[in-house]
Amino acid sequence: MENLKIQNNKVLPAGEDLGGADKQEFNITVYTENQIGLLNRIAIIFTRRKINIDSLNTSPSEIDSIHRFNIVITESEEVVRKVCRQIEKQVEVLKVYYHTNADVIWQEMALYKVSTDVIAEQVSVERLLRENGARVVVLRKDYTVFETTGHREETDALINILQPYGLIEFVRSARVAIIKDSDGFNSKLREFERLEPGEDVIENEYLNQGQKVFTM
Amino acid sequence: MEVANETLKAPATQEKAVELTGSAALLEALIIEGVDTIFGYPGGAIMPIYDALYDYKEKLNHILVRHEQGGIHAGQGYARTSGKVGVVFATSGPGATNLVTGLADAQIDSTPLVCITGQVFAHLLGTDAFQETDVINITTPVTKWNYQVTDATEIPEVIAKAFYIAKSGRPGPVLIDITKNAQIQKFDYKGYVQCDHIRSYRPKPIVRQQYVQEAAALINQAKKPFILWGQGVILGSAEQEFKAFVEKSGIPSAWTILGAGAIPTDHPLNVGMLGMHGNYGPNVLTNDCDVLIAIGMRFDDRVTGRLDKYAKQAKVIHLDIDPAEIDKNVKSTVPVWGDCKETLPALTALVDKKEHTEWLKLFNEYTQKEVDAVIHDELNPTSGEMTMGEVIKQLNELTNGDAVIVSDVGQHQMVACRYAKLNKTRSNVTSGGLGTMGFALPAAIGAKFGAQDRDVVAIIGDGGFQMTLQELGTIMQTGINVKIIILNNRFLGMVRQWQELFNDRRYSFVDIQSPDFVMVAKGYGIEGKCINEREELVDALKTMMNHNGSYLLEVMVTKENNVFPMVPQGCSVSEIRLK
Repeated sequence: MENLKIQNNKVLPAGEDLGGADKQEFNITVYTENQIGLLNRIAIIFTRRKINIDSLNTSPSEIDSIHRFNIVITESEEVVRKVCRQIEKQVEVLKVYYHTNADVIWQEMALYKVSTDVIAEQVSVERLLRENGARVVVLRKDYTVFETTGHREETDALINILQPYGLIEFVRSARVAIIKDSDGFNSKLREFERLEPGEDVIENEYLNQGQKVFTM
Repeated sequence: MEVANETLKAPATQEKAVELTGSAALLEALIIEGVDTIFGYPGGAIMPIYDALYDYKEKLNHILVRHEQGGIHAGQGYARTSGKVGVVFATSGPGATNLVTGLADAQIDSTPLVCITGQVFAHLLGTDAFQETDVINITTPVTKWNYQVTDATEIPEVIAKAFYIAKSGRPGPVLIDITKNAQIQKFDYKGYVQCDHIRSYRPKPIVRQQYVQEAAALINQAKKPFILWGQGVILGSAEQEFKAFVEKSGIPSAWTILGAGAIPTDHPLNVGMLGMHGNYGPNVLTNDCDVLIAIGMRFDDRVTGRLDKYAKQAKVIHLDIDPAEIDKNVKSTVPVWGDCKETLPALTALVDKKEHTEWLKLFNEYTQKEVDAVIHDELNPTSGEMTMGEVIKQLNELTNGDAVIVSDVGQHQMVACRYAKLNKTRSNVTSGGLGTMGFALPAAIGAKFGAQDRDVVAIIGDGGFQMTLQELGTIMQTGINVKIIILNNRFLGMVRQWQELFNDRRYSFVDIQSPDFVMVAKGYGIEGKCINEREELVDALKTMMNHNGSYLLEVMVTKENNVFPMVPQGCSVSEIRLK
């Protein structure tokens, strides 16, 4: 952690108090072309500054051929802004946004595999499902798979509940996040798809100093 | 080759497809992109391209270098003097990995390059085949863009993208890795269309008039404005626009080493060099100005010194084509993003015509202090061994500032940048951001190919020369005319200087021995001379400049000279030391 701080101070205008205290989780949303090698190109922008990627999700967006990355890191806003600009600079990146946890609705999905015998005998399944917002995905003689979706604490809570009853396997997805203030995102992307590339309309929105989400 | 000639005559896009190999399609693409010179080295995985090249010898001048690092530095030198994209060929594996230093250098110094590497057959990828290396992943951090071609049909489009990306916006190196099967594969070549846009890529932000107005307002109110310019002015071919801006606004202007020459050294508003070994006034007065106007420069730490004591009193206007540079190191008050070819005229139109006489006088006073404390003795020593500075001074007399000066890295580089007279743009070729020793000799070869009507003088230290001296072989074989000055202080001088100043003179592994450089040059058929005495200097330089062909002049200079002024690391620019 010490090294990390020093490293970050180096890249920041010193004198601005941007130490560890200002670090918080940021959700970085990246729209990209679907291109081999791009994941690495984006990842090294973080690793170069010795920033750990806490969570990474990449999947096709609602627009054919455009992919969306959701990346979670813990950093100061100053560093996040610089990192985002360096990501946006990559040839195959269309847009980059960053948001605090308060700016997004986010979820992680988790799957839990337990022994059907034990769970049926010892647990009130109905109550467990209700209290944890979980559902059964698979029910077999030998095992059962529960699924729940929520914040980290919520998916953690169910681990704790199931642990005493012989949790066999657990897996949690990366975070996906929807941006609260994302009016017009979809239409912007449609524009990207439709417009001949290089149209300047979109470009400067990212550089605007306004308050809306399309700002960086 | 019949096919080649036929397609050359045909328009870029043609109705009728012609069957071509991937290799031939690549070379066709290069010709349409206006490439005339390629620096390269063949090998197994790029043999089909070299086989095709055999038929293009008349149209593409391939320079056989002695090492791929030499090839890429030559490509950089070529790009820097010509303003065109440098093109480099290398084979897979070691050929490709030898490019990495040059790629990193070109990336940090924004030099447009297209590097073509051969790669093993596509079906062998990932099998640890002979001379297979994952060049795409190795080069990702040091390229603006890279791409692996495994099918010949991709070649025209990918090469078009490569050139467009390399030269547009903030330029940079691009690497295209082509598997051997794609080089051999025949396909229906339908012509070549140059790329002029990529959906996800915005080479330059459009100029926002609001910021231009805010910047102009700040400048018009300023009492002590100060311009810092960098290579952006040269890369944007905006030298005239820049000169017009400087002259109308009357603002003292200082340069980063990569910006040197954008306006002539002796321009009355050119107040000198920035940075660790820059001039006294520009460093000290950075912390005295009220408006700092940074144009096409990126506030490198060697320029800024300690950031929290850098120009804190000033309002900062930052003109840059790359939004990622805005606020990266120094917070700007007004960010004028855009191509300075567009932003500068817009700004010039709005600024008042002024003369900052008193303020300029202050710069001149600092210059005088620096002359008295450092420059006079460095350039006019009357006793003892020769100094690096006096060599540059005498060289200026002979070139009159018209030559291209290529420098390596270290003390001699700082001396060359400080004292070389430059009348023209694209005259100073040096490794700025990466500080690559061994850069100068191959870069000088490339610089000459890029500016054949100009004199090219490489100024190199005894250490750096030994890193890439194999490129003397390239000079020998091509017969190119490059003047080489080795400033030999028998030390790795810059490291020694730091050890003297900061490590109690603990000279740890900086005492370097050299071969007889003149004899080495002779071995390559290159004339040369070594001089020890001041009396020989002028004549020796004249002999070198007048010699018909390349020439190596080794000048034995004083061993333990230090480059001053100096901003010690961790200090503010205004804490610059004169001794």
